[in-house]
Amino acid sequence: MSTATHKLLKGSTGDWEMVIGMEIHAQVTSNAKLFSGASTAFGGEPNSHVSLVDVAMPGMLPVINEECVRQAVRTGLGLNAQINLRSVFDRKNYFYPDLPQGYQISQYKSPIVGEGEVIIDLDGGKTATIGIERLHLEQDPGKMLHDRSPSLSYIDFNRSGVALMEIVSKPDIRDAEQAKAYVTKLRSIMRYLGTCDGDMEKGSLRADVNVSVRKPGAPLGTRCEIKNMNSIAFIGQAIEYEARRQIEILEDGGEIEQETRRFDPNKGETRSMRSKEEAHDYRYFPDPDLLPLEFSQDFVDALKAKLPELPDQKKARFVADFGLSAYDASVLVAERESALFYETVLDKLANRARDGKMAANWVINELFGRLNKEGRDITASPVNAGQLAAIIDLIGEGTISGKIAKDLFEIVWQEGGDPRALVESRGMKQVTDLSAIEKVVDDIIAANPDKAAQVKDKPQSLGWFVGQVMKASGGKANPQSVNDLLKSKLGV
Amino acid sequence: MTDLTSLTLAEARKGLAAKNFTSLELTDAHLSAIEKARVLNAFVIETPDQARAMAREADSKIAKGDAGPLAGIPLGIKDLFATRGVRTTACSKILGNFVPTYESTVTSQLWRDGAVMLGKLNNDEFAMGSANETSCFGPVGNPWRREGSNTTLVPGGSSGGSASAVAALLCMGATATDTGGSIRQPAAFTATVGIKPTYGRCSRWGIVAFASSLDQAGPIARSVRDAAMLLRSMAGHDPKDTTSVDIPVPDYEAAIGKSVKGMKIGIPREYRLDGMPAEIEKLWSEGAAWLKAAGAELVEVSLPHTKYALPAYYIVAPAEASSNLARYDGVRYGLREQGKNIIELYENTRAEGFGAEVRRRVMIGTYVLSAGYYDAYYLRAQKVRTLIKKDFEDCFAKGVDAILTPATPSAAFGIGEKGGADPVEMYLNDIFTVTVNMAGLPGIAVPAGKDVQGLPLGLQLIGRPFDEETLFSLGEVIEQAAGRFTPARWW
Repeated sequence: MSTATHKLLKGSTGDWEMVIGMEIHAQVTSNAKLFSGASTAFGGEPNSHVSLVDVAMPGMLPVINEECVRQAVRTGLGLNAQINLRSVFDRKNYFYPDLPQGYQISQYKSPIVGEGEVIIDLDGGKTATIGIERLHLEQDPGKMLHDRSPSLSYIDFNRSGVALMEIVSKPDIRDAEQAKAYVTKLRSIMRYLGTCDGDMEKGSLRADVNVSVRKPGAPLGTRCEIKNMNSIAFIGQAIEYEARRQIEILEDGGEIEQETRRFDPNKGETRSMRSKEEAHDYRYFPDPDLLPLEFSQDFVDALKAKLPELPDQKKARFVADFGLSAYDASVLVAERESALFYETVLDKLANRARDGKMAANWVINELFGRLNKEGRDITASPVNAGQLAAIIDLIGEGTISGKIAKDLFEIVWQEGGDPRALVESRGMKQVTDLSAIEKVVDDIIAANPDKAAQVKDKPQSLGWFVGQVMKASGGKANPQSVNDLLKSKLGV
Repeated sequence: MTDLTSLTLAEARKGLAAKNFTSLELTDAHLSAIEKARVLNAFVIETPDQARAMAREADSKIAKGDAGPLAGIPLGIKDLFATRGVRTTACSKILGNFVPTYESTVTSQLWRDGAVMLGKLNNDEFAMGSANETSCFGPVGNPWRREGSNTTLVPGGSSGGSASAVAALLCMGATATDTGGSIRQPAAFTATVGIKPTYGRCSRWGIVAFASSLDQAGPIARSVRDAAMLLRSMAGHDPKDTTSVDIPVPDYEAAIGKSVKGMKIGIPREYRLDGMPAEIEKLWSEGAAWLKAAGAELVEVSLPHTKYALPAYYIVAPAEASSNLARYDGVRYGLREQGKNIIELYENTRAEGFGAEVRRRVMIGTYVLSAGYYDAYYLRAQKVRTLIKKDFEDCFAKGVDAILTPATPSAAFGIGEKGGADPVEMYLNDIFTVTVNMAGLPGIAVPAGKDVQGLPLGLQLIGRPFDEETLFSLGEVIEQAAGRFTPARWW
């Protein structure tokens, strides 16, 4: 593993460095909301998943959903973070129609999870470590619907009270690629843990991105916050745009105004939403309806004992056990489903110590390549793990060559079926019978006396003979045997 | 049958069990008393049909021998408690004609035990007040008058409707809530018994919130025994309120008549205020003498941070209220006053919906929580609160079983007489009661005598956390010594 260097932006006065911090809002995977028993199911008619608590009826009180607490602790453990055995829920007070209580229940001074870190995977197998400042639990508000009437806005409270984890990074991110890798990795960790489904289209994962620029080594600049990003690609675009905008202002002798901005994906630019002066005074104070949240170290340890293997651990194991490159291993573990597919292939291999690395190459190059080409997801792959393992077994044991295996893969992709049976029924077996190969070799040497004579002087032309023999045998001749025979017959 | 309304709850329970009368008769007697007492403005909604239906149901259960501990007992419910299908407004315009689809935990436990609902009782708007003058339904009259005077007096607040209705014999008992004295002060002003139990003893679920860390439900009743009976039904753990405490509810009535011999009663020197009326001083000494005569030991104790309690309370309570009342925004239920945009809708709704005292407290609360003021006000008030709590803990650690104080610094006053120019004048009514809420302790107010004008005065007993039983035992000693007080009917 090597640590990455980051990208600097060129300005008219020299290089500029970006300093980026992120607040990720991740919807907790749970059946019920953070403080009420209402369902968290996505979709459904507006206001169909709403309890009396969610719309703040008079006299209603919040009751913590323990599963959401467990999910936050699991996530904290996945971020190698400090778990706080005592945390406090606070009220963040502001008026908005989608906020029924007139305050959001959040955690301000004492979050459930403290400092941790995430290792992000960058191009070429490089990595960087991004610090986590904190993770806290809070309620999602409802959703305003502005398109139902020309004169009125409606509100759907289905999301009101759904549990979110706000994960705040340290300002350790230095360019757009790192920012994208950070969100990707965080999403991957939470999907492995089953604590957030990471579905950005449905709003399960949103990011607020703080961007500032400075001359390398200079003190931090004034930052702007780009709110509510729900696409990793847009996060990259927004950072690039915002950094350029700030550099331009600074190089023109201007000053950056601290403000909240919004990214317009159609125009590819960020626009001001509100300035610091317009910022709310949220009047945080501890929610008197809720006691401080306290649990024991045993509670944490029990959750820790049952954590699944996380991407970094899996990657290290793939490298150690199967000799994969760091890059290949990180490609395989990036998505939980891909890693699962690869591991299922491994389980079904006849000799995984021998063929584990080959299996990784096949999954990454042939399978992912083909899936990408057709825009399919791994879970919808026409070739299942068992079929792919059978193909790899056939190569590993020498029954078919790599080239034939690609043809076989194509047949299984198109038509399905048992690869071993297909090899039999379609006569795809590699020919290892030396006498049969010898005849072909002799025929080709006899038919090309000029070239045979040249081989002694030009040993590289041996390849041409190998190609001819393989072609004549329909690719079924064992390439090693062909090579050996040609060398002895041609005297090289 | 007219004297059915003069029975205590305990006497009525006996009469019902002996089939001397039915719950329907008892209920009708109270309904007719309510009708005749509308001038008191104690009830903001009467529910006679529901009352009679509940009474018939109770009668049939009594006949089957299947009666709950409060079967057939007609009660009044403070309008802060959500009652399913019956308008609940906290006596604020902002709730308009809000009809809950749910029943508060406390009232649902009363109905579970067979009680009958007569209607909803008046209170200060959102329980903010000490005279029941801030209700959007107008002030409540105290059934007590000064001797030789026709001036209508306040019943105290915020549970003024509850106290007035119980004192005027309109209901056999009432639910109430107490954030800074709202049960004990009106009980003292009307010669009724009111207990604010330990914070966490009763569920707050379904009670319109004023200040969540201070609010606690309790009964106002005609006798100490009646209060004990009611509290037993009202109390208990509720998984829907995580601040409610999961410990068993004792049979409070069993504490009545229990010897108080050897109990140590603390007399806090800091409650001896400068300029305290001599008759309050005399009442206090008398109460102490009665307890001594019953075998209790009197000790002077110190609660050094008492003087900071009222200012700290008027920071903590408005802070929480400003946040609790943010939900009344005209968006989902209750009053809505339209505006050109959402900000105007909020402003118009809340300006129109909240009365002056509520607006004042929302503004104070917003101010003390604001950036730059939080540490100086809210945080410091919470520290004071911790010190007040510790004062009591130190006192109890020395073996003190309960603390005796006056309930109020004066008897009831006339409507409009106080707080017109300076709201602090009104806030001072809670001087003896707020400490108890700040410390989360139980406190009971028991009628103990009259002032020179013939108005009732009460004494307060403060107990250890979850030791309401000792308060009932001691309270009954005072009740026995002082006798019961009934106002002369003028309405």
